[in-house]
Amino acid sequence: MSKETLFKQGAIWAFIVVELIFFSVAGSYLSVSDSAFMDFDNMLLLLKQSAPIGIIALGMTIIMINGNIDLSVGATYALAAIVLLDSMTWPFMQAMGDWAIPLAWFFALLTGTVLGAINGLIVWKTGVDAFIVTLGSMLGYRGLVFMYNGEQPTSHLNWTLVDFAEAQFLGLHTATWFLLVAALILWLVMTKTVHGRNAYAIGNNREAAVNAGIRVGPHFLWNFMLIGFLAALSAVVFYSESGSVNPNDGMLYELWAITAVVLGGTKLSGGYGSIISTLGGVIAIQLLRKGLGHIGADTETVNLVIGLILIAVLFLDRQLNRTGKEELKI
Amino acid sequence: MAELTKRGIGEVLAKQGILIAFVVFMIVFALANQRFIAIDNISGVIRSSAILGVMALGVTFVVIGGNLDLSVGSMMSFSTIVVLDLHDKIGPTLAIPAMFGLTMALGAFIGFLVGYLKLNSLIVTLGMLSAIHGLTLTWSGGQNMDIADKAGTWFSVFGQGRVAGVPVPILIFAGLAIVLSLVLSKTPFGRKVYAVGGNGKAATFSGIPRARIVFMTYLISSFCVACAGLLQASRSLGSQNTVGQGMELEVLAAVILGGASLLGGSGTIFKTVIGVLILGFIQNGLLLMGLAFYVQYVVTWLIIILAVWLDIAAKRGRFWSQIA
Repeated sequence: MSKETLFKQGAIWAFIVVELIFFSVAGSYLSVSDSAFMDFDNMLLLLKQSAPIGIIALGMTIIMINGNIDLSVGATYALAAIVLLDSMTWPFMQAMGDWAIPLAWFFALLTGTVLGAINGLIVWKTGVDAFIVTLGSMLGYRGLVFMYNGEQPTSHLNWTLVDFAEAQFLGLHTATWFLLVAALILWLVMTKTVHGRNAYAIGNNREAAVNAGIRVGPHFLWNFMLIGFLAALSAVVFYSESGSVNPNDGMLYELWAITAVVLGGTKLSGGYGSIISTLGGVIAIQLLRKGLGHIGADTETVNLVIGLILIAVLFLDRQLNRTGKEELKI
Repeated sequence: MAELTKRGIGEVLAKQGILIAFVVFMIVFALANQRFIAIDNISGVIRSSAILGVMALGVTFVVIGGNLDLSVGSMMSFSTIVVLDLHDKIGPTLAIPAMFGLTMALGAFIGFLVGYLKLNSLIVTLGMLSAIHGLTLTWSGGQNMDIADKAGTWFSVFGQGRVAGVPVPILIFAGLAIVLSLVLSKTPFGRKVYAVGGNGKAATFSGIPRARIVFMTYLISSFCVACAGLLQASRSLGSQNTVGQGMELEVLAAVILGGASLLGGSGTIFKTVIGVLILGFIQNGLLLMGLAFYVQYVVTWLIIILAVWLDIAAKRGRFWSQIA
C-alpha cells in the first residue's frame, strides 16, 4: 500500500478519533447525562444502530466502484421487510412453528436479490444510465410496497426472532455481527478475488476493461443482485427486532448510504474506494448523530452538520487531488 | 429505401416520441373515462402539477448546464416554512421578498460550490439536501407552521385565487414557463447554458464563463423553488417541515421524461412541461380509473425507463445495448 493510499484510507479513522475526543471533552461540560460519551455500552449500541444503513452502504460501495449508483435501495429494503413479516403469517408458514423463520428470511433475501437483478438486467440490456434506471425503480418499488398492503403498516412479532435479534454474542449485538461479517466477506471479495479486481477495472476505464475481455454486463448484474441482497439483509436484521414496517420506511436510505460511502472516500466516478473505509464512514455518521445528541444539540442540527461535512470532504478531497484525473460528470 | 424510411420514422420518434406518447395517453384515458377531458378536470390536474412544474422549470436549466440538483425538495420545504413563519411576524408584504432572498442565497451558495469551486454537483446537492433540511427544522423547531389568521389574509391568493376564472397557480406556472423558455431559446445566456452542458471544455476555450453560467442556473433553480414554496404555502396556509421531501427525484423524473439528457446540453422548457403534465395526467387518469394513488409510482417507473430507453435506442440505432 502506497503512502498516499494509507493517508487517504486513514483519514476517515482520524476523523472518527477527532469526533470521539471532541464529544468526550465537550460532553463533560455540556452533557445532560452523567455517563461518559465513550461509555462501553454506548459504543456497542452505536455499532448496532449503524448496521441497517451500514449493510446497505457496503453494497453501495461496490456499485460506486463500478461507476454506477443505486437509488432504489430504500424501497428494496421496505419491500423485503414486508415480505419478511408478512410471510410468517401465511398459514403453511405458521404450521411450521419456528422453522418458518429461516424460510421467511429466505423469502425476504430472495425478494431483494430479484429486485436488484431487475435493476441490473435493465442497466445491462438497455444501456440506460444506472442513475436513471434506479431513480425509476425507486418510485416503482415503492409503488409495489404500497400495493402489497395499502397504506397500512405490516406487523408480525415473533418472540424467538426478537430474542435472536436482541442477543449479544461476545458483547456485540446480532446486528453488529451481521454488519461486521458482511464487511469482512465483501472486503475479501473486493481485494482477493477476480470479481473485485474487475470491479475496479471497470470503474476505472470501462472501455479498457471491455478490451481486456471482462464481461461488463453480467458483472453489473451480479453487483446489483448483491446490493439488492444486502438491502434485504439490512431489512432482515432491523425488522426481526422491530416487527412492524410502515410503507414509507427506508425512504432516503439511499442518500444516507451514499453519504457514508462518499465520506469513506469512494469516488463517484468509479475505480476507487474501499469497503473498510465505508465502514468508517458509517461509524463516523452514527457517532455524529449520537455525539450531537450527547452534548445537548437539537437532533435537527445533525442533518445540517452532516450535509456541510459532506461538502467539506468533497472540497478537501479535490484540493488534495488537484493533479489527479478530473472527476467524471455523471 | 425501406431502410431509409425506417430510419426516418426512428428519428421522428426519437425527437417527438414524448409528445406522441402524451397524445396517445390522453386519447386512451379520454376513451376510458369521459370525465378525464372535462375542462375542470384538466384545469385541476394542471393546477396540482404547478408546484412540481415550477420546480422542474428551474431544474431544467441546471440539467441542461450539465449538473444535477437534488436539493430542490428540501429547499422547497425551507421556503414554505420560512414564508409561513415570517407571514405572522413581519406581514406578507415583507415576508415574500425575504423568503425569496433567503432561498436564492441558498441557491447562490450551491452555485458557488458547483460553478466556481467545480465540486461534483450530485454530492454537493446531496449534502445541501441534508443541510437545508436541518436548517428548516432548526428554523421551525420541528413544529408544523401555521398562519394564525387563515381567513383574513390576502396571502392565499397565490395558491387559491383565480384571475378571470383561471387558477393563479396555472398562471404563474404558464408565465414562468414562457419567460424561461424565451430566456433559454432566445438569449445569448440560454445558448451559453447549452454550450456549457454540451461540452464544458470547448465552451471555456471559446470564452464562455463556465463558472458564472453554472452559478446562474442554480440561481434560477432556487428562484423557481421559491415560487413553488410560495404556491405551496399559500395553498395550504400551513405546512409540515417535510412538505417537499422526495420531490427532488419526482422533479428529476419529469425533466428526464421530457427528454433532457443527464449528460447536459439537451432539453427544452416545453418538453419539461410535457414531462410534468404526463406525470400529472397519469396520476389523475389512474385515480379516475379507480386505482389507488400508488399505482402511478409503478406506471411512472415503466414510463421513465421506456422513454429513456427508446430515446437512446433511436440514437444508437440498436434496440439492445452494446454492453458485453
